[in-house]
Amino acid sequence: MREREDEWTGLMRLAISGDSAAYHRLLKAITPVLRAAARRGLARAGQSVDQSEDIVQDILLAVHLKRHTWDANAPFAPWLFAIARNKLIDALRRRGKRIFVNIDDFAETLADQPAPETASPTEVAAQLQGLPARQRDVLQSIAVESASIKDTAAKFAMSEGAVRVALHRGLASLTAKLREP
Amino acid sequence: MDTDQLIKTLAADNGHRPRRVSFVLALALLAAAPVSILMFMAELGVRPDVMTAMHNPFFDLKFAVTLALAAAAITISLHLSRPEASLGGFVWLLAVPAGLLVAGISGEMMMPQRLPMMTRLVGSNSRVCMTAVPLLSLPLLAASLIGLRHGAPTRPALAGALAGLLSAGLAATLYAAHCPDDSPLFVATWYSIATALVTAIGALLGSKVLRF
Repeated sequence: MREREDEWTGLMRLAISGDSAAYHRLLKAITPVLRAAARRGLARAGQSVDQSEDIVQDILLAVHLKRHTWDANAPFAPWLFAIARNKLIDALRRRGKRIFVNIDDFAETLADQPAPETASPTEVAAQLQGLPARQRDVLQSIAVESASIKDTAAKFAMSEGAVRVALHRGLASLTAKLREP
Repeated sequence: MDTDQLIKTLAADNGHRPRRVSFVLALALLAAAPVSILMFMAELGVRPDVMTAMHNPFFDLKFAVTLALAAAAITISLHLSRPEASLGGFVWLLAVPAGLLVAGISGEMMMPQRLPMMTRLVGSNSRVCMTAVPLLSLPLLAASLIGLRHGAPTRPALAGALAGLLSAGLAATLYAAHCPDDSPLFVATWYSIATALVTAIGALLGSKVLRF
């Protein structure tokens, strides 16, 4: 436990100093822990655990966009868990409310329309479609097609700087959209 | 977008270096300060006898109190912009402006007074104080909230309340240059009521806009 958290702190320090591979490794390493926490939280709140991936992605986006609030001299885990806890509470509150508000609407349709068995695309994937075209194209190119920033720039005849800006703005607007009720 | 794809995308954005919260807060406050100063100059202005007033330690004390309040609130609100932070011992920073006021009141009590205590407390323009401090603080409050939004406060109402204290402290510093009442009793009463009002507004707004 202790060792794992020290490793996270080390990776995050590397990430802050510009090491994107270390950052990737860190995000990969924390995801299963976040997923388990999200599932536990949902189960405890009596909600379906298949929404856990939405919460995990929400936490990862917040970790990314708020990483400048981490103090590089402090351990990383308490910071991470504070963000995760905040997002989980927020998600449970929002979902609880939504279900409460819509219970009458659902009552009729639920009877004859069984919920789809397959996992639905995550909220992030759904909101991606609502982004401005340029941000969406850049995000899709990097996320789905695994293109590098350089390749993405060549594909859309953009400068690498413009791709970086669109990428960051796209992630920020995705986060903002997830927060809308 | 599945989670692996999201992680890949976030790592690709690692080149983006966000500014520190303190930097964004300072920038926002610097942008808002001229608005409050203009409001102050247009409607109130510095009191005419300021040159003689400066030699009165109770006039100077007002600035010490309001600036200490602003400085304490800035420090605490920056601390709270970290998600894992708890208020903890930081709350004691607010004892500095409070202690200065108490010291001022005690000091004044020990001096021979021309005016009775109630007259000093009620002062001559408490209504202006109660209106001016909240109004002057509004641009600064907006700026503080914008600055703190850049952080990750997990207690948004509390962070908003500190934004209120911060902006009220700065607004009261301006107002103190106009205010003809120098008695620490007046400051402790009316400045505090005005500050409490702005703090409540800040907490209310903070609970809405400082969530992340």
